[in-house]
Amino acid sequence: MNTIRAFIALLIFPGLLYALPAGLLMLGLERKCKARFQGRIGPPISQAFYDVIKLLAKSPVSRVGSDLPLLIGLPLLAVGSTVGALALLPVFSSESGFVGDIVLLVGLLEMPPLAYILAGYASRSIYGEVGSTREAVVSIVSNVPFLAALIAMASAAGSMHSAEIATSTPLMVRVPAVIAILLCLPMKLRITPFSLANAEQEVLAGPLTEFDGARLALWEMAHALEWTALIGFVITFAIPVRSTSWIVNAVVYVVLSFVLVLLLTLLASSTARLKVSQASGLMWKWGGTVAVIALVAAFFTRGGGH
Amino acid sequence: MSGRNSGLIWRLVEIARRRSAWLYHFNAGACNGCDIELVTCLSPRYDVEQVGIKLEGSPRHADILCVSGPVTRTTREALETIYGQMPEPKVVVAIGSCPATCNVFAGSPVVDGPVDKIIPVDIYVPGCPPRPHAIIDGISRAIEKLALRRSELAVGDK
Repeated sequence: MNTIRAFIALLIFPGLLYALPAGLLMLGLERKCKARFQGRIGPPISQAFYDVIKLLAKSPVSRVGSDLPLLIGLPLLAVGSTVGALALLPVFSSESGFVGDIVLLVGLLEMPPLAYILAGYASRSIYGEVGSTREAVVSIVSNVPFLAALIAMASAAGSMHSAEIATSTPLMVRVPAVIAILLCLPMKLRITPFSLANAEQEVLAGPLTEFDGARLALWEMAHALEWTALIGFVITFAIPVRSTSWIVNAVVYVVLSFVLVLLLTLLASSTARLKVSQASGLMWKWGGTVAVIALVAAFFTRGGGH
Repeated sequence: MSGRNSGLIWRLVEIARRRSAWLYHFNAGACNGCDIELVTCLSPRYDVEQVGIKLEGSPRHADILCVSGPVTRTTREALETIYGQMPEPKVVVAIGSCPATCNVFAGSPVVDGPVDKIIPVDIYVPGCPPRPHAIIDGISRAIEKLALRRSELAVGDK
């Protein structure tokens, strides 16, 4: 029974069958809304599907000096680990998952940025290397408040089981922790104020400059899955209650995911790209402060409760 | 590489290619007139992103190569490299009179053009500079050519 449930989570919902189309729709929605905010009509919401199909049907050009298995393996690693992370999201009540799954979940969520950084270096392009360096800085900076907030939630809930952390963290810890995670979200998704690594035209296409055809399509899919996984992560850890009906849980999860996409798009279309020093300064200052508040709150709740 | 691919999957690919053409813009010694007109097409007034067209930073991502300028001696090698880096199927659009005929630079010792002496050109958009309408028309013809081009599926290198 548990194995079947795990496979359903991995392959159907919130895993591959839901997450890939939903992620591509999120990317389409982002482009459409950004265009509307800028006074343009913009591409259809299904745009990302066309892009992926077109890229899959292109014939890549051979080239010297870069490692082909690595160029195919890294995007596959990003896709695979994100699907694994999606399967571990505590969308439903606390029976799902296992003790300690939060560690695995965070580890899997960290794989795509790592693969992205390695891809930039493996492609041996100067633009890829610049993009990778920026991504490395950004991911270190965003992970400090992100992990601190998660540690605060886990210690306040007194558990390493993600479903239990999601449902039993007290409100005074949950609010600052979720705010800190939300602050990290645009940085982790590399959208505009923090689009340093993939800065269009500035460093060509960042780490993905040398990827073409199906390999680029794999990265598009990894990016789409990353959107569903990270946004889903924030939502599942922000909502304190779970309904007994799985349909209600699923619908709330899906609807809130798309609402969050709209908010992120609003942020992306109303800001300009920051410099690396500005972005990291902003994250240390605000993300760090909120994460410390969450940690202090967790310290006091633990002192009282356990 | 002529004729259409047959089968249901290729009909789907044709639809996708018609709705997702990524451009790479190469300035082969242009005076910047055509470049400004090309960028105008992406502005809210003309908004070619409605049909999925966008400007890409890397030639490896692109489907359509837009060349402007008469191809000076210093840009020739770069043009050849970039054309070689683009994956098949690809289409070349010559924007303006310079890539088509070298325009007023014809006969200059530092000009190696026109473009079709160096790489095959599919669509010419004449004008000095051409209007955005003409550029959009040229790109839409290029997309039609791109969609119907025969190709094969591959994950690894050819």
